[in-house]
Parts: sequence; structure tokens; C-alpha cells
Amino acid sequence: MQNAFGEPQQVLLLGGTSEIGLAIVAAFQQTTLRRVVLACRDVAKGESKATALRRDGLDVSVVEFHGEDTASHQGLIDAIAGDIDVAIVAFGQLGDAAVTATDVAAAAELCNVDFVAAVSATIAVGNRMRQQGHGAIMVISSIAGDRVRKGNPVYGGAKAGLDGFAQGYGDAVASDGVHVMVLRPGFVHSQMTAGMEPAPFATTPEEVAQIALAGLASRRRIVWAPKVLRLVSIAFRHLPGPVWRRVPF
Amino acid sequence: MTRTPLTGWGRTQPSVADVVDVADAKAAAAAVATAGCRGALARGLGRSYGDAAQNSGGLVLRMAAASDDVVIDAPKAVATVPGALSIDELLRMIVPRGFFVPVTPGTRFVTIGAAIASDIHGKNHHVDGSFGNHVESLDLLLADGSVVSIGPDRDAQLFWATVGGMGLTGIVLAATIRLIPIETSKMSVDTDRVPDLDSLLALMTEGDDDYRYSVAWIDLLAKGSNLGRSVLTRGDHARLGQFAEHEDPLAYGPRQLVSVPALIPPSGLLAHSAVAMFNELWYRKAPSHRVQEEQSIATFFHPLDGVGAWNRLYGSRGFVQYQFVVPLDRDDVVRRIVQLLSARRVATFLAILKRFGPGNPAPLSFPMPGWTLTLDSSSAVPGLPALFAELDTLVLDAGGRHYFAKDACLGPDAARRGYPRLAEWQATRQAVDPQQRWQSDLARRLELLG
Repeated sequence: MQNAFGEPQQVLLLGGTSEIGLAIVAAFQQTTLRRVVLACRDVAKGESKATALRRDGLDVSVVEFHGEDTASHQGLIDAIAGDIDVAIVAFGQLGDAAVTATDVAAAAELCNVDFVAAVSATIAVGNRMRQQGHGAIMVISSIAGDRVRKGNPVYGGAKAGLDGFAQGYGDAVASDGVHVMVLRPGFVHSQMTAGMEPAPFATTPEEVAQIALAGLASRRRIVWAPKVLRLVSIAFRHLPGPVWRRVPF
Repeated sequence: MTRTPLTGWGRTQPSVADVVDVADAKAAAAAVATAGCRGALARGLGRSYGDAAQNSGGLVLRMAAASDDVVIDAPKAVATVPGALSIDELLRMIVPRGFFVPVTPGTRFVTIGAAIASDIHGKNHHVDGSFGNHVESLDLLLADGSVVSIGPDRDAQLFWATVGGMGLTGIVLAATIRLIPIETSKMSVDTDRVPDLDSLLALMTEGDDDYRYSVAWIDLLAKGSNLGRSVLTRGDHARLGQFAEHEDPLAYGPRQLVSVPALIPPSGLLAHSAVAMFNELWYRKAPSHRVQEEQSIATFFHPLDGVGAWNRLYGSRGFVQYQFVVPLDRDDVVRRIVQLLSARRVATFLAILKRFGPGNPAPLSFPMPGWTLTLDSSSAVPGLPALFAELDTLVLDAGGRHYFAKDACLGPDAARRGYPRLAEWQATRQAVDPQQRWQSDLARRLELLG
């Protein structure tokens, strides 16, 4: 159960090696957290992350999870013992924009991970939480899905789809006590962006985590990290099409 | 049956349950039989602050109470009362006949069943103990649908597991309770304005036994030499002829004066500055020393009931209550905690200090001989979870504990440490509910069922 501050006792991280996801789990360690389940493709890497998290009074387990195997999602979620208080849907790939914009198979594969698998996993968690009568799902979207850029249209499009789905799904399950929070980070310094030129207002996984926790405590539906991106987004959305097309990123 | 979001009085952390209105024990038993793996729980008037009366994903039963079912035995000063009847309804029946409830909390809107399940205490704890001490017997609906009649002399183990058992042994269908005979419906109240905490502790230690009722309000925002300044009110039921004669000395008709509307800014109306101003005025308006003031029952016991839905004042994020007790000889912990709260500038406008008398045999009963401090705060105050965690350690290290009916923040370890007889209670509970049909969000959060 979450306590009055919304602090969870059990957290499920889908994408168990995601840096933002792990930073959020680490931030929860300051609270009443007792159990963490890391669901990830690479179990060995997940185990090393679990070892780093483990401490007295915190039980961390790793389960093998393959996003594209959507048929396995519900069974995997239902096998987790105890109430899932908070689930973080954090898996995803950035993809090689130059490839996905031209290669049909690569584009479809990226969409399968970033959109199809994320939707499936969110619903599987949501089904469980509707039975529980409580719980929160953090869906990690991106500013890239807000107004999709020419620089990475497939990734941006998949995130746009996920973002829209999560908002509508959140409204659908709210009456069953489930809180869906869409988290929209900007450029985050992490493995996924290593070697890339940082965008303005670049942030860190730790900062994103702090903002995510505050948003969860106040039961926000959409959270920008950093917060200033909300204003940036408004500006972007109001740029005329021909101007937007010339923006160099 | 409707799927309904429920919260406690603090309006934090909602959860959704199937809420069923049941007319009688038979209907309740039938409903419990249908409960799935998330179990069932009775809910009274929703006045516990945290998640004690929530059962996410499960059944929540609301029992109907008929005041016709109340039987008052005046010569013996006892009453047999439906578990779902409120203290409000009961007082309206018994005060005009010259009786008062043995224990009342700060609100009269609690049911008799909840009063037993939380083993509530009041301003008279140092003299009369908690509610369970005054129950002669009760009828308990068990998980298997049967009804047992239990009391301190009949299946005492299950009785004391039910007292303070947070509704997790069954549903209290009816209880026979001892009443306090009164001559008038007025209170005779002495008030003292106390400049600091040390004076307050000394005053309460020396003088509390001269009064049936005693409680102190503390200004937790006061600093320095004013640290812990407070207003101590103590009193007793007024005797006939003590004050100017009223036409009917037992007249009783408490009213709600105003109600807080549903539309309040999300941040609430109890900002730090507002609370500081309130505290200043409250302290200054109190007389430095006044004796035998005539007050009504409602003014003395239930001042907040005059404001309907006052819990909305804290805004949409809700608020938390924090109540602990530490042994009498650990007043150093009370001092340390008052210092901490003052230093951190936590805006709390309902901080109450009370000196408890002896506890009772119930394994999960909260009171023990000691000092109990209760305070409230908006749950949105930054750093509050960490501050509470700091207080938890001080309280538990001193051999103290927290009050489940108020709690919304603790984890299982704090419950185990604070209630060393938890395992004994679990064994008694498990014997009458092996399938764990009775469940609650509180029980899940604190892992009370074992």
C-alpha cells in the first residue's frame, strides 16, 4: 500500500536497466519502499543493478521481460506477489534516426518496442491495479512525442502515440483507483544519449526522478522534467509549419 | 454494490472498493461470504484519519443502525447499543436521561463499533481508561457468518483482540456499555494559560488527578522561551445547582454552526501564516487562570463538530495526523519532539498533549501510561515524510508507539516495534478468520495480518 504521502511499498520497473527508471527507484529508497521488481531483457545486467540497490530491509528481484513478447505480459505481471503500488514503464529505444526514417523493418521494430510493447505492458499492469483498487503507473514519454521533429520522426511518433494512449487510459482507469502519470523528460544525459549533442535544458536521471516523485505525490497527470519544458512545448506547438520544418534539430 | 473511491478523514491516498449497504447481520454475513481475495471490512463514519476504514479492491460494508434498538438500563447505568450507532445519536438519547458516554473522542461522529475497534480514548483517559474498559459484552459477526457474544469474562482473548483490533476480527453488531451518570448537561471547566512546556508537564503531573477531564492545546510554532506554550483545560460534569439553574438541566441539542464548502483552493486555507495567526490569537484569548466556567458538552468535547467537513480546509492534497505515546518517564522525548517541530516550522493548528493513565489488556490498544501528543499538518508540506521518520525513531526508541486510527504514514516495522504483542493478537485473529476474510488497507500497509 502507498502511505498518505503516496510513498510505495512495492515498485515494479519495466525496463529494469533504464537509467531514468533506476533513478526513480533510487529516489523511492528514501521512503517506505520494501520491495523492488526489475523486469528486463538482460537478466545479468538487471542482477548487477539489483545488487547496487539492495540494502537492509529492501528486497530486490529480477525477472526476465521481453517487450516484444506481448503475449507474456499479463502472466508476468500477475505472477508478482503482493500489491504493485507503483509501476514505471521505462523501456524503449531511441533507434538510429537515419535508419528508421528509411528502413521499413527498422521503423516497425522501433514502434513495436516504444509503442506496442509499452501499451501492452501498461494495460497488463493496469488490469492488475484495477483489481487492487489502487496503484500508480508512471509512463515515460518524451518531449520528442510532443511535436514530432524531422530529426527522429519514428521515435517521436511512437512516443506521441504512447503519450496520447497513456492520457486516455489514465482517464479510463481513474475510477478504479489507478493513477496514470505521463512523464515527459527532455534531453537526459544517459547511455541512450551518450555522444549526442545535448539539447537546451538538458537534465539528469536523478533530477527527472525528483520531479517524478513530486508529481506522483500530488497525483499529477502530466509531468515535465525539467518543468520549464512545458513552456518550451507551448512555444514549439505554436510555430507555423514552415518555420518548424526549418528548425535545425 | 457500487465501486467507490474512499479515503479517511485526512483525504489522502484514495482507494477503490465495492461498497455495500447492509441492513442487518444476516445481510452482512451474506455479503462477507461473497468476498473475494481482497476480503471485506466494515466502515463506520469514516473519521479515522488514514486508511483504517478502506479496503482497496475488496468489499466495504456499511451497516444500518436503528436507534429503536438501543436499550437503556437506567438503574444499572448500562446501555445496549447497535455497533453502527454513532456517539452523536447515543448522546441525544442518553444525556436527557442523565447519562454520558464513558469515553468520547474529539468528535461525536464515530460509531460504537469503531469506538471499540480503535479502542478510542478521550480527555478522561487518566481516570477512566479507554472505550474498551467500559464494554460489558459485545456481539461479533465472525468471518464464517456466525455471531458470538463475548466480553472481558466470556472468551476474553477474542474480546480483547477485538478491542483495538481495527475491525479485523469481525463486525461489532451490538455492545453493552457502562454509562457515566450526570446531573446536568453542562461542564465545569478550569482553564490555564501556560507559558512553556516544562510548566505544562509539571502542571499536568501535579493536578490532573483532581479532574476527570484534562487536555492541553500546544502552540507548536512558538519558539525560544515560549517553546511549548499552551492552554490547559480541565473539568468535570457540572453538579446540579453549581451554576444558575436552567429550565432543563439535562437539555442537549448540539448544532453544526457552519459547513466548509466543497470548493476550496487545492492548496487549502491553512497556510503557515494563517496557522501562526490562529495560534497567536488562540493563546492570547485564553484566560491566564479561570475556574469553574460553564461550558456545553459540545464546546468542551466536540468543538470541531461545529464546523461541518472541516477536513476540506486543507485542500485537495489532504492532511495527516501524527499521534504517538511515550512512557511517562520519557518526557524528554516529548520535549525533543516539540523542539523539532518548532524548529522545522511545521504549521499545525491542532496539537494536543494528554497524560494517559494505565492501559488495558488489549494487545493492540494504543494507550499506555505516558504522554501522548497529536498534531496535524497538510500532507503537502515539503520534507514532512523525512521529519515524521525522524520522530518515529525517537518514539519507538523510547518504547512508545503510534495510534492506528490516526496513522497514514508508518510501515510494518514501526507497527511491530510499537506493538510487541502483535504476534499474540495475530494468533487469536487467525483462529477465528483462517482465510483472512477481514482485510483493510491499514492491515496491508502495516502487514498486521502476518
